[in-house]
Amino acid sequence: MNAAFAIFQRELRLTFRRQTEWAQPLVFYGIVITLFALGADPGSPMLRQFGSTVLWVAALLALLLGGDRLFRDDLDDGTLEQLVLAPAPLAVAVGFKLAAHWLVSGLPLVLISPLVAGAFQLSHDASWALFLGLLLGSPSLALICGFGAAATVALPRAGILLPILILPLAVPVLIFGAGAVRVAQSGLPIDASLYFLAAILMLSICVLPLAAAAALRNAYE
Amino acid sequence: MNWVWFHRLASPPSFFALAERLSPWVLAAAIPLLLYGVVGGLWLAPADYQQGDAFRIIYVHVPAAWLSLFGYTAMALAAIVAVIWRMKIAECAVVAIAPVGASFTALALITGMLWGKPMWGAYWAWDARLTSELVLLFLYLGVIGLQQAVADPRAAARAAGLLAIVGVINVPIVHYSVEWWNSLHQGSTVSKIGKPSISANMAWPLLSMTLGFMLFFGWTVLRRIQAELLWRERGTRWVRERFVSLPEVSGD
Repeated sequence: MNAAFAIFQRELRLTFRRQTEWAQPLVFYGIVITLFALGADPGSPMLRQFGSTVLWVAALLALLLGGDRLFRDDLDDGTLEQLVLAPAPLAVAVGFKLAAHWLVSGLPLVLISPLVAGAFQLSHDASWALFLGLLLGSPSLALICGFGAAATVALPRAGILLPILILPLAVPVLIFGAGAVRVAQSGLPIDASLYFLAAILMLSICVLPLAAAAALRNAYE
Repeated sequence: MNWVWFHRLASPPSFFALAERLSPWVLAAAIPLLLYGVVGGLWLAPADYQQGDAFRIIYVHVPAAWLSLFGYTAMALAAIVAVIWRMKIAECAVVAIAPVGASFTALALITGMLWGKPMWGAYWAWDARLTSELVLLFLYLGVIGLQQAVADPRAAARAAGLLAIVGVINVPIVHYSVEWWNSLHQGSTVSKIGKPSISANMAWPLLSMTLGFMLFFGWTVLRRIQAELLWRERGTRWVRERFVSLPEVSGD
C-alpha cells in the first residue's frame, strides 16, 4: 500500500513539475469542439442535437490520445523495470499510476464540461448528465487507455495503432455516456445509463490493471 | 489423471504431425457438406414467400456471422491458454485464428450489406447487429495490427492474446449496449428452441453449410498453425529432419 501511495505521489509531482502537461488535454478538447462547430452550420439547431455526440467524442479523443506516453518515459528511464521487479504487485502499481493520470488529465476535463456544454446550448439537465456521465465514464477510458499503452509500450512508434486498439473497447462507454445526455435532452431520467457506466467502471477496475500489468511484464521477456 | 497426451499436444513436432494427419480428413468432411449446402440452398430450397430468392444469402451470411463470433471466442480461449501456460501451440493458434476470423466477419458484413439493399432499401443502416459486427471487425483488426507490430513472435502473440482476452469481455457488453442503442435487424429465425420459424427444407442446407464452414475454418486454422510453427521452429532439428530435401536454413 505504501508503494502504491508513493507511485501515486510521484506521478502527481512529475505532472505538476511539467506545467503544461496537464493543460494539454483541455486545450485539445477545446480545439476539437471548435473544429466540429466550424464544420457545421453555425445557426443550425442540429448543432444542439449533435452536441452530446461532439462533446463525448472530443472527450474520448482527448483522454485516449494523450495516453501514448503513459509508460514510455518510465520505460526509457528504467522506472518501469524497477516496478516490474518490485515485490509490490504490479497490477496495484499500474492501477494507482492510472488513477493519478486520470486525476490530472481526466478530472479537469470533467470539471469544465458543463461550461463547454453551454456553448452548445444544452439544457441544465443535459449538462448535468454530461458532467455525471463523464465523471463515471472517464476513469474507464483512462484504464482502457492504460491497457493500450501497456500493450504497445515496447513498440518504437505506436502511432495510429494505439487508437485502433483502444477505440473499439471504448464503444460501450460512449454509447451510455452520450446516451445519457440525449435522454436528458428529451426530459427523461438518466439513472439507467449512469448505472451502466458505473458497472463498466467497476468491471474495468477489476480487469484492466491486471491485463495492463501482464502486458508490461510481457514487454520485458 | 494422465496428462501425457496433453503435454504431447503441446510439443511442436507432435502437434505438427497430428495436424498433418488430421487436416485432410477435416477438409474431406467439409467439402461435401459445403456442396450440399450450396446446391440445397441455391436450388432445392423453395423461395421465401416474402423475401423471394434474396433470402438465399443467409446460407453464407448466417454461418459467416456465427463463425465470426465463434472465431473470436476460440481466439480468446487460445489466448488464455497462451498467457497462463505459455503454450507455444496456443500462441500460434491466436496468430492463426485472427485473420481467418476477421475474414469471416468481413464476409458476414458484406453479404449482410448485399441483402440489406433489396430488403431494407439501403446497403448500410446503423442497426445494432450490423454495428456490433463492425466493432468486432475492428477488434480483430486491432489484434492483427498489434501482433504484426511487435517484433518478437512470442511476445507479439501474447500481447495480441491479452488484447483478445480484454476484447472478449467487451464483446457482449458492446453487443447489448448497441442493441439497446438501436435495432432494426430481423429477429433470429434459427435458434428458437422447439419451434424454429424456418421450414425444414430451408433449414437442412443451412445446418450443412454451417457445419461445412466450421470444418473449413478448422482446416484453415490447422494449416495456418502448421505454417506458423514451421516458420518459428525453422532452425530446429525436427523441422530439418522432416524436410530433409530442403537446403539448410539458418535460424535465429
